[in-house]
Amino acid sequence: MAAGIVIVGAGECGARAAFALRERGYQGPLTLVGAERHLPYERPPLSKALSMDGPKLVASLDAYQEAGITLMLATEARGIDRQAKALRLAGADGETTLAYDRLLLTTGARPRRLPGMTDASRYIRTLRTADDAAALTQAFSAGQHVVLIGGGFIGLELAATARQRGAAVTLLEAGPRILARGVPAEMAEIVAKRHSAEGVRILTGATMTALTEHEGGAEIKLGSGERLEADLVLVGIGAVPNVELAAAAGLAIDNGIAVDRHLTTSDPLIFAAGDCCSFPLPPGADGTSRRVRLEAWRNAQEQAALAAANLLGEQAVHAAVPWFWSDQYDLTLQVAGLAQEGDRIVRRDMGAEALILFHLDSEGRLTAAAGIGPGNAVARDIRLAEMMIANGARPDPTALASSATKLKSLLAA
Amino acid sequence: MSDSWIAVCSRDEIDEEDVMRFDHEGRTFAIYRSPDDAFFATDGLCTHEKIHLADGLVMDEVIECPKHNGRFNYKTGKALGAPVCVNLQTYPVKLDGDTVYIAIG
Ligand SMILES: Cc1cc2nc3c(=O)[nH]c(=O)nc-3n(C[C@H](O)[C@H](O)[C@H](O)COP(=O)(O)OP(=O)(O)OC[C@H]3O[C@@H](n4cnc5c(N)ncnc54)[C@H](O)[C@@H]3O)c2cc1C
Ligand code: FES
Repeated sequence: MAAGIVIVGAGECGARAAFALRERGYQGPLTLVGAERHLPYERPPLSKALSMDGPKLVASLDAYQEAGITLMLATEARGIDRQAKALRLAGADGETTLAYDRLLLTTGARPRRLPGMTDASRYIRTLRTADDAAALTQAFSAGQHVVLIGGGFIGLELAATARQRGAAVTLLEAGPRILARGVPAEMAEIVAKRHSAEGVRILTGATMTALTEHEGGAEIKLGSGERLEADLVLVGIGAVPNVELAAAAGLAIDNGIAVDRHLTTSDPLIFAAGDCCSFPLPPGADGTSRRVRLEAWRNAQEQAALAAANLLGEQAVHAAVPWFWSDQYDLTLQVAGLAQEGDRIVRRDMGAEALILFHLDSEGRLTAAAGIGPGNAVARDIRLAEMMIANGARPDPTALASSATKLKSLLAA
Repeated sequence: MSDSWIAVCSRDEIDEEDVMRFDHEGRTFAIYRSPDDAFFATDGLCTHEKIHLADGLVMDEVIECPKHNGRFNYKTGKALGAPVCVNLQTYPVKLDGDTVYIAIG
């Protein structure tokens, strides 16, 4: 391969894939192109710590050099010429082209915006990048009022972080409860209670009739007639996959860049992985296969490894169970698997503020487990549940419900 | 180093294929009992984000961090890949009668 492998998107997935290619013995040219100016870094700490000492890197600059990975940072891929097998890039040196033999797209996702929001909005913002995070720190302090729009994971983590830094926090959720997506109601209730106890004002069923920015802050008018004055409004209403580059090149798109089980796009020389792609799950009990797009850190790593294998000609498939965590105050929430409509829920109580909800399908097969607790109280059992899900286990619901039964004993069964 | 053995616990306090946290003079360690009934010790905190490994899962000779599933071989301390890349310090362990001792130098 003369032109070698090019990876577009220098985030978690792109960086891991680059190293994985070298670990697998690939010795040809390897280029990682990324629009951000930073070396690839971890996003999860951005909402949890808002760390002052710069982003936590996936790997040091030395590590890229040692591995022979060419980094092109602050460089955006603007187009893919599939006929010529070349990328059109825009960076500090203006427009250039870069040839590829195989291409991996790890372009990630970006925050969904409210209508009218622009890059220029200073007091109405979103969080995805280290630069976004740096811009929040001032408002996350005593005497400031932060209003969060959206009761999803990022909004709730930011609410906790802002409270811990002394800011007053109001969280607006349009739906009837927070964490409506992917988290069972009784667990969301524990999270909501904790936020209230910490002084976060949560308004569910909140409709916004106006949001206007002015010098020094923003004003929100609610359907209830209430007006809120905020030093900072943070919008956390989900993410949209960065598919424009792939779409313009004519690749199939379906809630993300559509890939098959090998992470191949509709062009056999182009792969996609991480937050930007949607992939088919193995067929379920009823024989039908669902397509999903995950926005999760471990998935980005696992798909990076899978993409690396298949870029080098293997035909490996993705079998891992989705896994996600969130930290708020000293509470950690972990979810393994994908819950389905109509699942039966079995509850395991594990002490104050700690419980796991197991989801079983109509045939008694474990499909998902969601746990919450202080510190790492539920981590081990969620991990064991994940292995049971992977094995297609049908654990005894009574045993699952009893915290006296060790889950490890069920795994062996 | 071996002249400073410190008593940790009695052997029955750790199940086979399990781990226990041990704090001593401001330091924290993780003590393991392998499936074939041998004892091992490492630093107590994950090298990724200083999380207590004793809350993690032991499988065969691997300890998996509870926070982001980083994995180490607890017999050698070797980090087994992303997200952990820095190895764990290991410590000598001995069994005297029913008591587990470690040498933390
Ligand atoms: C604040 C925050 C907190 C999170 N917390 C958790 C958590 O607790 N647990 C969890 O499991 N997951 C969490 N996640 C999700 C996790 O970080 C993502 O799943 C992961 O970052 C996905 O990696 P990726 O490489 O696919 O995409 P990204 O990390 O988004 O990286 C994509 C990169 O591609 C670049 N790019 C896009 N288009 C182009 C182009 N045309 N040319 C060049 N470069 C381009 C982007 O600039 C970006 O740098 C969190 C995410 C955020 C934002
Ligand atoms: S803290 Fe152990 S893997 Fe991250």
